[in-house]
Amino acid sequence: MTKENLDPGYVGEGMYRENILDHYKNPHNKGAIINPDIKHTENNPICGDVITVTLKVKGNKLEDVKFMGQGCAISQAAASMLTDEIKGKTLEEVKEIKREDIAKLLGISIGSARTKCAVLGLVAVKEGIREFEGKN
Amino acid sequence: MPQTKTFDIEKLRKDFPILNVEVHGKPLAYLDNAATTQKPKAVIDSMDNYYENYNANIHRSIHTLGEEASAAYEGAHKKVSDFINADFEELVFTKNTTESLNLLAYSLTQNLNSGDEIVLNQMEHHSNFVPWQQLALKRKLKLKFIEIDKDGTLSNESIKKNITKKTKIVSLTHVSNVLGTINDVKKIGKISHESGALFIVDGAQSVPHLPIDVKKLDCDFLAFSGHKMLGPTGIGALYGKKGLLERMEPFLYGGGMIKEVTFKGTRLNELPWKFEAGTMNIAEAIGFGAAINYLNKLGMKNITNHEKELVKYAYKRLSEIKEVEIYGPNAEKRSGLVAFNIKNVHAHDTAQILDGEGIAIRAGHHCAMPLHLVLGIAASARASFYFYNTPEEVDKLAEGIKKVIKVFK
Repeated sequence: MTKENLDPGYVGEGMYRENILDHYKNPHNKGAIINPDIKHTENNPICGDVITVTLKVKGNKLEDVKFMGQGCAISQAAASMLTDEIKGKTLEEVKEIKREDIAKLLGISIGSARTKCAVLGLVAVKEGIREFEGKN
Repeated sequence: MPQTKTFDIEKLRKDFPILNVEVHGKPLAYLDNAATTQKPKAVIDSMDNYYENYNANIHRSIHTLGEEASAAYEGAHKKVSDFINADFEELVFTKNTTESLNLLAYSLTQNLNSGDEIVLNQMEHHSNFVPWQQLALKRKLKLKFIEIDKDGTLSNESIKKNITKKTKIVSLTHVSNVLGTINDVKKIGKISHESGALFIVDGAQSVPHLPIDVKKLDCDFLAFSGHKMLGPTGIGALYGKKGLLERMEPFLYGGGMIKEVTFKGTRLNELPWKFEAGTMNIAEAIGFGAAINYLNKLGMKNITNHEKELVKYAYKRLSEIKEVEIYGPNAEKRSGLVAFNIKNVHAHDTAQILDGEGIAIRAGHHCAMPLHLVLGIAASARASFYFYNTPEEVDKLAEGIKKVIKVFK
């Protein structure tokens, strides 16, 4: 266990900061884009979290981003925050986003047990972009 | 709060060094015993003692340490076989329940023909599900599943419908690791035998908690793990009726399981060694033996009674919280565990917040994805008890759940 994880602010209920609960209860960009350029689903078999992202690409930028999903608060809140973050960004910029950036968005340190939940949306977006670039 | 008088729990808890640790500055309430139990000092010491004083390989060495190690290893065999009232030749050490069941799946399906039927059920753990499923696919065998009723018990009608003259193998968990349901293995074993099928019991969640006598159960095979009953990981057991084990092909070939090897062929060793190829987990076997000693000292009946009280109390406390949904039968029909969900909260979030209170529970599908499909949920939270758990820890769990509800309100 890292020292950071022992900070009482980041364990138990401390992990469920207001911003996380806000995004969980009222997710941003929830839904699906009709005729998306990119559609990808990722699941986390350990918790049963599922996230499907649909993306609209214009030029080399993500013009619109939506996600559907169900699962734990961390996975759904992180996906919601991520959609805000990547809208309007170039594909190259999005590909540079890392696990640590998701932790920054959430504002908490993520223990190894929850990493998969936190990055599920990011993995879906990156895998979707990879498939898109493979096709084009 | 009920006072359990079966044992002096405070005294017992001192035998378990880990029960003194703090998690996030709070005393540990370890309620994840269906995953693995904690180990008493006597078990840890028995393994240290082997490594520090008589570490040697078994069966092959004439020197003193080799003889001591062999005697200790065989002694562990004897303790575990006595524990379930099996004969010495009828108990094989494996890595765990999963390996025991794989051994059976590989060995027993060799003689089956395409179209032969194997009967499982909807509440099986993946360990008693995936091996049969994969071998059935390879060998074109038919898998059938006994359905569960709304109360989380096996449907009598479905048992009768599925076990027929075509059934060659019935493999059944004794206690569900999610629902806590205690299945009537004696009854289903009788039905299986009347249909001419072999009857296998997955005892991973029953042997640690209930008195087991394989002769009374009349099962053909019983699989269980050491680490769920105070022992170390890496050691488990398979019981099989002698006549059946004698006729079965080994699952693993190699050293230790042979009598004579020539360039032309091999004569296999006698039971139970025929099924123990290669150097086994000797220290772990000795640790398993020490765990059996500990359980025998407490008495399995006392352990069952204590857990019964505890689960009744937990069921009551959790039922009182209106946001909590409990899966499985009422407290009377269940073993010492409770799987549940809090309305609108994912099980992982529940477990995370409880962890902050020092309470260790499991969250997920508990290696029973098909059952979760039947229940229509992605995951559940599970609190599972052992004899060292107290009513106060159940209270902590209930308070912790209330905290979760408050956070997500």
